[in-house]
Amino acid sequence: MWRFIGSRLLQAIPVLLVVITVTFFLVRVAPGGPFSSEKAVTPEVKAALEAQYRLDRPVLEQYIAYLGDLIRGDLGPSFKYPGRSVNELIAAGFPVTAELALYALLVALLIGVGAGVVASLRPNTAQDYIPMSAAMIGICIPSLLLGPLLILVFGIYLDWLPVSGWGDMPGDKILPAITLGAVYAAYIARLSRAGMLEVMTQDYIRTARAKGIPEWRVVVVHGLRGGLTPVVAFLGPAFAGLLSGSFVVETIFQVPGLGRFYVQAAFNRDYTMILGATVFLSSLIVVFNLLSDVLNAWMNPRLRSRAGQNT
Amino acid sequence: MLNVNGLTISFTSREGTTRAVDNVNFSVTAGSTTAIIGESGSGKSVSCYGLLGLIPQPPGRIESGSALFLDTDLLRLNKHALRQIRGRDIAMVFQDPMTCLNPYMRVGAQLMEPLRYHRGASQSEAKRQALDLMAEVGIRDPEITINYYPYQFSGGMRQRVMIAMALINEPSLLIADEPTTALDVTVQAQILKLLSDIQLRRNIGILMISHDLAVVADIADQIIVMQEGKVVECGDRAAIFERPQHPYTRKLLASIPQGQKIPSSISSNPLVSVRNLCSWFKQDNETVKAVNDVSFDIYRGEVLGLVGESGSGKSTLGRSLLNLVPATSGQILFDGHEVISLAASELKSLRRRMQIIFQDPFASLNPRMTVYDTLAEPLLLHKLETRSSAAGRVLEIMDEVGLARSYVRKYPHEFSGGQRQRIAIGRALASRPDFIVADEAVSALDVTIQAQILDLMKTLAQEYGLTMLFISHDLAVIRQLADRVVVLQNGEIVEQAETTALFEYPQQDYTRRLLEAIPGKSLL
Amino acid sequence: MSTTSINALVDAEQGSSLWRDAWLRLSRNRPALAGFAVLTLFVLVAILTPWVAPYDYAQQNLELGATPPSADHWLGTDIFGRDLLTQIMYGGRISLAVGFIATAVALLIGVSWGAIAGYMGGRIDAVMMRLVDILYALPFMIFIVLLMVVFGRNMLLLFLAIGAVEWLTMARIMRAQVQSLRQQEFVEAAVSLGLSPLAIIWRHVIPNALGPIIVYTTLTVPSVMLLEAFLSFLGLGVQPPETSWGLLISFGTETMEEYPWLLFFPGLVLAITLFALNFLGDGLRDALDVRGAKD
Repeated sequence: MWRFIGSRLLQAIPVLLVVITVTFFLVRVAPGGPFSSEKAVTPEVKAALEAQYRLDRPVLEQYIAYLGDLIRGDLGPSFKYPGRSVNELIAAGFPVTAELALYALLVALLIGVGAGVVASLRPNTAQDYIPMSAAMIGICIPSLLLGPLLILVFGIYLDWLPVSGWGDMPGDKILPAITLGAVYAAYIARLSRAGMLEVMTQDYIRTARAKGIPEWRVVVVHGLRGGLTPVVAFLGPAFAGLLSGSFVVETIFQVPGLGRFYVQAAFNRDYTMILGATVFLSSLIVVFNLLSDVLNAWMNPRLRSRAGQNT
Repeated sequence: MLNVNGLTISFTSREGTTRAVDNVNFSVTAGSTTAIIGESGSGKSVSCYGLLGLIPQPPGRIESGSALFLDTDLLRLNKHALRQIRGRDIAMVFQDPMTCLNPYMRVGAQLMEPLRYHRGASQSEAKRQALDLMAEVGIRDPEITINYYPYQFSGGMRQRVMIAMALINEPSLLIADEPTTALDVTVQAQILKLLSDIQLRRNIGILMISHDLAVVADIADQIIVMQEGKVVECGDRAAIFERPQHPYTRKLLASIPQGQKIPSSISSNPLVSVRNLCSWFKQDNETVKAVNDVSFDIYRGEVLGLVGESGSGKSTLGRSLLNLVPATSGQILFDGHEVISLAASELKSLRRRMQIIFQDPFASLNPRMTVYDTLAEPLLLHKLETRSSAAGRVLEIMDEVGLARSYVRKYPHEFSGGQRQRIAIGRALASRPDFIVADEAVSALDVTIQAQILDLMKTLAQEYGLTMLFISHDLAVIRQLADRVVVLQNGEIVEQAETTALFEYPQQDYTRRLLEAIPGKSLL
Repeated sequence: MSTTSINALVDAEQGSSLWRDAWLRLSRNRPALAGFAVLTLFVLVAILTPWVAPYDYAQQNLELGATPPSADHWLGTDIFGRDLLTQIMYGGRISLAVGFIATAVALLIGVSWGAIAGYMGGRIDAVMMRLVDILYALPFMIFIVLLMVVFGRNMLLLFLAIGAVEWLTMARIMRAQVQSLRQQEFVEAAVSLGLSPLAIIWRHVIPNALGPIIVYTTLTVPSVMLLEAFLSFLGLGVQPPETSWGLLISFGTETMEEYPWLLFFPGLVLAITLFALNFLGDGLRDALDVRGAKD
């Protein structure tokens, strides 16, 4: 198992290197310097600024220096907010985004797996159609539509819940978490239904029934393990989706998270911030893909032992 | 012990309601074995699953009948009461041990589950019993293997696990659904022996479902023959085998491969010469020597039987003769041409002369091509016919393989397994080859169909003057068809001899074991 | 095909191909058919918009301002007094174009990439799929935002960028198809008949790989449209004076308390389109009996 994790970690390095390199050079070739929107600055000030951001040196040298900084965990200073480093901005925004993504994931898993399994037990009956129609609606009403609708209904017409902010008022985390999680709940419901339907026709389920154990035990002990495999495999992509989905949700609900910072940085052409945040988010996604893979392998006894634990 | 009367089960689908089981009667007594024989779709499995509430309802429905098991009518029990009986008083063993064990659960836990649930046994008590039972069914090192996952066992060992799991609550009736069909012959013989040993020791009744009369010939006391949902004949073993009444039973008996080929006149001139052939490949960083240093000749006009168990490398060998899998080293001469190192253009003209027929008639035909397209492809490819003349030849081939001409524009999924195999044979013969590799060509078919296809192959081989490599795990089939036999084990040739000599005076232990394992010896 | 000559020789029964069976199954699936009808309607309207739109796209009427739906303006007007229906129709041109063109880009790259990798096998396959794996691990959403920032909000670039994200799954599906087909016995039989690799791919592999590709294509269009809506919503996609459904929803959100119809109707149209595509995709998957194309 450890060897498996190790080899996956090694495979992650080229991925990250590609991300860093591509992002770095994309940002460097971007039209318009970082200060072109500012008022005319004196040549001296410009030179000083360029020196501060190492823009006076050859690109390759900048790249190597940036890699060096990265290894030390330093993402550099922000273009837009002089005096603040990218690290500080991320440290301010990320905990909020992480909390939001976590709640959304919980919403998605609880509702999704529950609805999917319930639907799979009696396929093509009302018990199947109702949750699956709800899932279809969830897929077809994207967060950028669901968010405003929830605000209108629960925030404005019913006036039950606050419509913006994060941790300022009780209950203000509910709507963002639901908005972000809904689509994934819908996908997970479909995945777990399909997975369970597939597994419950397997021969070993018939064996379990022939043993005369109760049906709930057949489903939970024998069915769930295999039936939820597709859901586990989906967790990695889902996490990546949650992070990018937070861009929209944080914008709608004015949540001061990393996603909103990123979008603002994009508008402000705050290149170091974009570069830093991209590298940070990418590493995070790579790590989560890794975790998802490991979990997936761990759930499959054959892979688990091939990965070196059980010999 | 079990008395089934007038059992009728129907299935409802979009096309309407069909009676899968129609007024079926049978019984099982303690200490004896009742076998239900029938081909696929005869309702033999459904009738047994129906007793235990293991068919999904709907679409299935038990229309009428009774099933008295120790004075309880199983068909009148509610779900809960039936579940109490399943796995405790009546246990089951299924066909495919590869898919019937939960791959995510250690075998120990699966073994103990019925015990813990039905008897409320403690963990340690259950484990002790599981270990005893594993030893009883012949699983080595139970202390270690109890912690294995199913994939760590071979097919035969998994079937032993299944049997142990069925026995753990000491049931009085065991239902075995084709328990040996997925296994090699030698393993099949072991499992059948195990079942009859257990029956002797524990005095349990066995209800065995099988498509193969030969398999049950040695162990069944009562035999029920089913066709299209109905029992057409029943009786004790002697009655069925010696005085079969119903035409279908006679047909089944006639389909058991028996007898031997009359040796044909064979030239001493080899068409195919194989020298030191090796075919190795890598799997999980280990070199698998699928075929290892094999040498033999196939003479013009002969049928060479190639026999071996699963994993013996017989399929790889057959495919490497046709250059379908790359050979690692060695030499293959086809009519004087070196096959292995041939340029593409020369290979193409050689390919016209050598063809292959596969085991699975469902996988070996392109599902999106009509019979016409499939049969015309080789004709047009090798320019044997023009576009305008191909149709005539296609219909001719269909006549030869016994397909109605009107099917020419139908697609594979519209045919039965036997018909598909006829199409596949037609495709192989279309280019008028000299040499055919038949890779388990009849193994996937029901026995009566198998007999028909074997007859067809014999006739056509004669007509076309074919040389054939006939690959099979089934010695009885080989004996019927082959002039000479090569026995393969672990990629190497163990023995090769004339068919008569091999069957009467086997030289090697392995060959003897294979011969002893042929089911239905009591019939011969 | 010498069908006529066969019919001259024998009274052949008409076979029922898998495609025909699939079509029959699909035609019994009402939601899928409805989805198909809605899509056809929307695409037709999008194509004909310049001729059938009730008002001039850019025509403002500041005195009128935002009005709720009325006989003159079926879906109301926006704060500049522009007809909302006209806006939605023009927005649909862009949203649907992004959906279909980017999917076509993904289809083209993904199918050829996957087919080559799957058929060549060995080292070429390993290298090609390794690249796909690496790209797969990249946070593409973030990358598209980045591209939009760096190169400006260029429609062509948007098509390419989204297409470049979606081809990866397409390549994986195609490769898996080709690989499993290559091991099928009917392909082996074709090899033993002496068919050339190209002929095998053309006659035996592609027709059998088509099902999952069709299904996945249908399901890619909605996810591409969502990506566009997402970017435009953030202000990083389509820019005024051009418009798209995502952008209309974004503007609608700003004024949803006062003029909810400005949010409601563009949202409804987007949702209906997504429903139609998903129903059609699900229907095709059932009809073609494709497992695991998406979930």
